[in-house]
Amino acid sequence: MTPGAPAGPAPVAMRHRLAERGVDRMLLLLLPAAVFITALFLYPFLYGLQLSFQPQGGGVFENYARFFGDAYLRDTIATTLWLGVPAALLNVAVSVPLAYRMRGRFRGRRLLTTVLVVPITLGTVLTAEGLLTFLGPTGWFNRVVVGLGLADEPVRLTHNYWGVLFSLIITGFPFAFLLTLSYLRGIDPTLESAAATLGAGWWQRFRHITFPLLVPGLAITFCLSFVLAFSVFPSAILVGEPSGETRVISIAAYHAAFEQYDYSMGSAIAMIMGVVELVVIGLVLGWRATLYRGSSGGRG
Amino acid sequence: MRGAPRPGAWLVWGTVAFFLIFLAGVVGSVVVNSFAVNWFDTWLPGGWTTRWYGASWADFDLPSVLAVTFQVAVLVVAVSLLAGVPAAYALARRDFPGKRALTLLFLLPIMIPPVTYGIPLATVLYKFHLAGTMTGVVLANLVPSIPFVILVMTPFIEQIDPKVEAAARMCGATTRAVLTRILAPLLVPGMLAAGILVLVRTVGMFELTFLTAGPDSETLVVALYYSVSAAGIRAQQQVDAMAVVYTMSMLVLLVVALRFVNPTQLVTQIKETPGD
Repeated sequence: MTPGAPAGPAPVAMRHRLAERGVDRMLLLLLPAAVFITALFLYPFLYGLQLSFQPQGGGVFENYARFFGDAYLRDTIATTLWLGVPAALLNVAVSVPLAYRMRGRFRGRRLLTTVLVVPITLGTVLTAEGLLTFLGPTGWFNRVVVGLGLADEPVRLTHNYWGVLFSLIITGFPFAFLLTLSYLRGIDPTLESAAATLGAGWWQRFRHITFPLLVPGLAITFCLSFVLAFSVFPSAILVGEPSGETRVISIAAYHAAFEQYDYSMGSAIAMIMGVVELVVIGLVLGWRATLYRGSSGGRG
Repeated sequence: MRGAPRPGAWLVWGTVAFFLIFLAGVVGSVVVNSFAVNWFDTWLPGGWTTRWYGASWADFDLPSVLAVTFQVAVLVVAVSLLAGVPAAYALARRDFPGKRALTLLFLLPIMIPPVTYGIPLATVLYKFHLAGTMTGVVLANLVPSIPFVILVMTPFIEQIDPKVEAAARMCGATTRAVLTRILAPLLVPGMLAAGILVLVRTVGMFELTFLTAGPDSETLVVALYYSVSAAGIRAQQQVDAMAVVYTMSMLVLLVVALRFVNPTQLVTQIKETPGD
């Protein structure tokens, strides 16, 4: 690996031993990225962690005690999960049949994928603004509903739980769909053909061949959708009811840190948020580790 | 698709249609409202005008907001490519002790929601007097961008056969020649894809920019948020006009991106039959 005159037996041997294990100068390429992530992610994270143990008053665990003691703060965890989990589950569940239909080649597939990607560009703010107008009491949606006689008066879908859920679906669904589609297309199609020659119907092929190979990919898709939905922040404020039904944990953290200027409490809530999220992800990934993940499966 | 239509096809296409109609309603409401003179309890507005665009252009100081957005996005793309691509190369080519830990470190910023690390990060940036400046905004946006570049580029580099490099070496190419004449041309498509995706993500990134930006370093999406949450001060049509400007710029970026990236092949690269 390292040509040149050996300076002495010892350093060369050392270098060789390291090179055999894959350690050589090429690893310096990792340095810039590692430095950036350490300085901008790891250090702030640890700083926030120790800051959370230095409350403005009281003992070391005062912030955490306050969080779990105060129902107004404690309940934000349940509120966030109650929004994030259904949104992520729904996005993944709807993506599977859709992606299954669209994995083959048909006319206009590229156009359809493009149209489905559009919501990613909308961003949370425009989605919120659009939902307020579209689903509002005088918006088109309620006009149709009332006009068709489905309801006597406009349905209230904004400034509550539903508005936020819709916003999470609009922004999260395209992402889940694209990911599911790419996992599905990574599955070797000859497996399904083989099953078909043995007389398996489409449901059997899906149930016993495609779906088991897809599940590991779906677990990843769920995790990424959940991360997106869990950090719901602008839409919870704009289309939700930020002081009540949709007071999610990120609002509580922001409120503590930048409105009450209690950085310590804000960091503590941010840490709790991270832990809750990682617990959910850990559970899903732990379950995923028990599944088959061989070649020809939807990798990931 | 082979064979007869399968059961459930109508349900699937119905769901797609419903989603698209809903989407069209949401986007349409904003677009129609941005051209409305006034729009209360009717199907369509009472009159049409384009003055909200002019008003938002002047009131929100859109030229400078757009300039800030552009600068931030370009800087983030450049730095994250410079730092991310070499790291992806090393990760793709080498197996070394501690690789799993390092990979986890690079993955964490993507797996953790931005608000979680954004609040401690903003606190640290305030400590170093970087928050509220453009440097702070760029630094904060690098946190998810560098791992994203690594995530996209590592599989891309893995599929480049290392024998190509070995062959070039054997023919006497120097490291520099291998880099500029062998690797660079092979890497450019992947870098282009990663760069455009980072660009789209950065322009759309709300949380991190919101937490670290000051009055002079707001990007378009943050300015838009402030104008929405300060509703009542400004006419809603004006806010909608700005939202349309935002969406149009994102859409242009996306259309450009889709020319280079096939979104369904981000995860797995499966060989399509020739002539696709």
